[in-house]
Amino acid sequence: MTTNTPLYTGADWDYPLIKKAFDAIERVAIDEMGLDPYPSQVEIISSEQMLDAYSSMGMPLFYRHWSFGKHFARDEMYYRKGMTGLAYEIVINSNPCLCYIMEENTMTMQTLVMAHAAFGHSHFFKNNHLFRSWTDAEGILDYLDFAKAYVAECEERYGLREVERVLDAAHALMSHGVHRYPRRQPLNLHQEMQRKKERRRYEEQTFSDLWRTLPQRTGGPAPRERALDERREALGLPEENLLYFLEKRAPRLQHWQREILRIVRVVSQYFYPQKQTKVMNEGCATAVHYHLMTRLHETGRLTDGAFMEFLHHHTNVVFQPEYDDPRFSGINPYALGFNILQDLKRMCLNPTEEDRRWFPDIAGNGDFLGTWKQAWTEYRDESFILQFLGPKVMRDMRLFSVRDDADEANLVVEAIHDDGGYRDVRRALSAQYDLARHEPDIQVVDVDLSGDRRLILEHRVVDGRLLEASDARQVLRHLATLWGYGVKLHEVDARTDQVLNEFPEVAPAAD
Amino acid sequence: MVNIVDRRLNPKDKSLANRQRFIGRARRQILDAVRDVSARRKVADIGQGGEEISIPTDGLQEPGFRKDGGKGLRRHVVPGNKQYVAGDAIARPEGGPGQGGRGGSPQGEGEDAFQFTVSRDEFLDLFFENLELPDLVRTQLTKVEQQGLQRAGYSVSGSPSNLNLARTMRNSLSRRLALKRPRREETRALDEEIDRLERSGKDPERLRALIRLREEQVVRAKRIPYIDPIDLRYNRFDPVPKPISQAVMFCLMDVSGSMTEDMKDLAKRFFMLLYLFLQRRYQHVDIVFIRHTHIAQEVDEDTFFYSRETGGTLVSPALEEMERVLRERYDPADWNIYAAQASDGDNTPADNPAVVDLMESVILPVCRYFAYIEVAEERGWEMTTDLWQVYERLVKAGRPLAMRKVKSRADIFPVFRDLFTPVELRR
Repeated sequence: MTTNTPLYTGADWDYPLIKKAFDAIERVAIDEMGLDPYPSQVEIISSEQMLDAYSSMGMPLFYRHWSFGKHFARDEMYYRKGMTGLAYEIVINSNPCLCYIMEENTMTMQTLVMAHAAFGHSHFFKNNHLFRSWTDAEGILDYLDFAKAYVAECEERYGLREVERVLDAAHALMSHGVHRYPRRQPLNLHQEMQRKKERRRYEEQTFSDLWRTLPQRTGGPAPRERALDERREALGLPEENLLYFLEKRAPRLQHWQREILRIVRVVSQYFYPQKQTKVMNEGCATAVHYHLMTRLHETGRLTDGAFMEFLHHHTNVVFQPEYDDPRFSGINPYALGFNILQDLKRMCLNPTEEDRRWFPDIAGNGDFLGTWKQAWTEYRDESFILQFLGPKVMRDMRLFSVRDDADEANLVVEAIHDDGGYRDVRRALSAQYDLARHEPDIQVVDVDLSGDRRLILEHRVVDGRLLEASDARQVLRHLATLWGYGVKLHEVDARTDQVLNEFPEVAPAAD
Repeated sequence: MVNIVDRRLNPKDKSLANRQRFIGRARRQILDAVRDVSARRKVADIGQGGEEISIPTDGLQEPGFRKDGGKGLRRHVVPGNKQYVAGDAIARPEGGPGQGGRGGSPQGEGEDAFQFTVSRDEFLDLFFENLELPDLVRTQLTKVEQQGLQRAGYSVSGSPSNLNLARTMRNSLSRRLALKRPRREETRALDEEIDRLERSGKDPERLRALIRLREEQVVRAKRIPYIDPIDLRYNRFDPVPKPISQAVMFCLMDVSGSMTEDMKDLAKRFFMLLYLFLQRRYQHVDIVFIRHTHIAQEVDEDTFFYSRETGGTLVSPALEEMERVLRERYDPADWNIYAAQASDGDNTPADNPAVVDLMESVILPVCRYFAYIEVAEERGWEMTTDLWQVYERLVKAGRPLAMRKVKSRADIFPVFRDLFTPVELRR
């Protein structure tokens, strides 16, 4: 290989330099690492535009709502006061993958950011199974464009206030507007016949005349019960996607209101994989940029100075304050993800005895890139941690698990980073990233459409964790607005079915 | 494969519409906060740059179903263990950082106050919401006009000082090109060649042809001037009527012993609000401070508000002083004149006729608006003062005079709004 000249020397950047750096990164990323990202579009923006992008969920275009203005006002104040910095980049899960980079960045930062976003995140977006099955990278920008125009048109036609009412309510239910599992497709006639035939055949094969002699159970379920079951069946209850249910079933919504619910639901669904893969996504991007930058430096494309600058930023990004540090605000997903991936790499290349015990499949397989890529493709945070968090990372980060029972006076350390505790710590940490445990499990369980039309929700309480009451009451008000009739919510212990708490029925506000 | 796009020149403030929706939604709270700020702070600070305000969050929360942070059983995994082993009990921390730092706050009640910054313009807009200059002023404002000049394209005649060089030279160049006026380089090349041929003596045929060509060129260059009068273009200006965009504001204040510091403070606030208001309407606002006891003089701002004078109370000298300043510096034809007077209402009864006379004949005819506020300490009973009675008569006569009583800081804003609310919006 010929001796390489550095890509750039100063801190200043211009287009040819950015292009050159991008091409150099691309060669390493595609040819050496075998990454498979979307094609990229790098967009250079100013800090104000970054703030703009912040406020509307990081998307380049979005419908209008006061809450984004509120976020903007707060972010702007924090930024102006110097309380928070801005992100160095924003990356959008779309095809082509949009990467926003800031004009204030130095050339090293731009290189780092492109490696991080245009290759790390982009590869993850394109390959992770959650994103593949739940998001539509091709269509999202067009859809948001449609959504923005649609909401604007509704505002014109029905008035700001009316649209705001629907959006407010929809936003309150946003985290309960996602499908967590693929839905069962309704059978068509052909399939139904097929099934009937199969069942008939099975019955014929297993026919035994003896059953006839058993005494018949009289009555079956009480007629009232049966009616209830039929009703639920007809409405597809129980249903945990509240926005979906309202969109399809709410009796008093106008067509445009349903469409707005749908927009919010689609956006929520689009972001749902991101919520489930914070650690992996950031870990992937961080490990990728670290690998790429190191390779560029090794091949002489980065000067020592630039590499030092990169290391400085990189260490800031993966810094994990300890629990008693005033800067502590939870586990840094960049740090955790990066540590796990680096540990995987170490296991693949230089396994210890311990690694062979813990990860017999991976230890010493020599192919860390393959191991990484498989992890990035097939896991989400919860399963990724459960699968790949090794004892060394737990020791290095000195992780320990604490039990916090509101009924007890003290917190109790349940497990620490020792032989007896590794698995418990890992399980607890994994559960911490399980969104299904994190977010309350609330379902529509019953509604009598031909009767009083009261909507009944149930919160299945796990570990005694009831809903925050004042917020819940507000959400119920929003819910009643959309439903148009009374709404009731009761909280039921998931294990014993015992009713723990009941919210009084909320009637829709008269307007 | 990569596309690099520069978005920096794209329109900024993409979230402006969101911000307006937010401010619209929080209007009531923000208005309260703005009023609070105006009552609490030095008025001189108001509207200097953005204002940071804090508003209660009712109606601004974004609720969602979430689990209560203080109930049930949770497990936290945190980094940085130093001394604990399994089974250790830790006392529950009191809201501090550390154990379960993530647990408490995000799921908790959320903020009860929301802090943010409103820009100067937004602040003033809210501050002056629904306020309009009084009818009289509005009509006058549109009527009072000044002749101004406005660019109106080009003309072929004009004064040399208005000559538009770029246009002229462009015309000249295109004319020269069109008529094929020989260029200087061509002539020079021709000269050189003639020179060379003459010296060498070769090719006399060609030499003759060249000399003929050269002569033709000289004639042509003479006939086609470098700049012709038809090339000339002048900037054209049309006279247009322009509204007067400057205003002067007279602040009159009684500083005699009967005015306490509190009263002066109230007066100051009123003056500053008026100043802010005028500043929004006019490009340039002058302020003249006139204080008076039994004598009146024009002073600077500090003296006006902070130095003490003793003496009797006569209002007419102040009006006379104002009239003098007007005569000397502010021609009503060029300036919009506003006056605000603050007083505790004392006047020597013998002076009242003089005041009425001055106001009616001199001051009010030239003033767009004359605002009088009577500052009074909380007395518990209403007492009609001399000056109030005098001015009340003027108001009844339909003069552009507004008057109000102010007792405390919090009164300032409503009074101010009241004074300048358009009639049709008044209840």
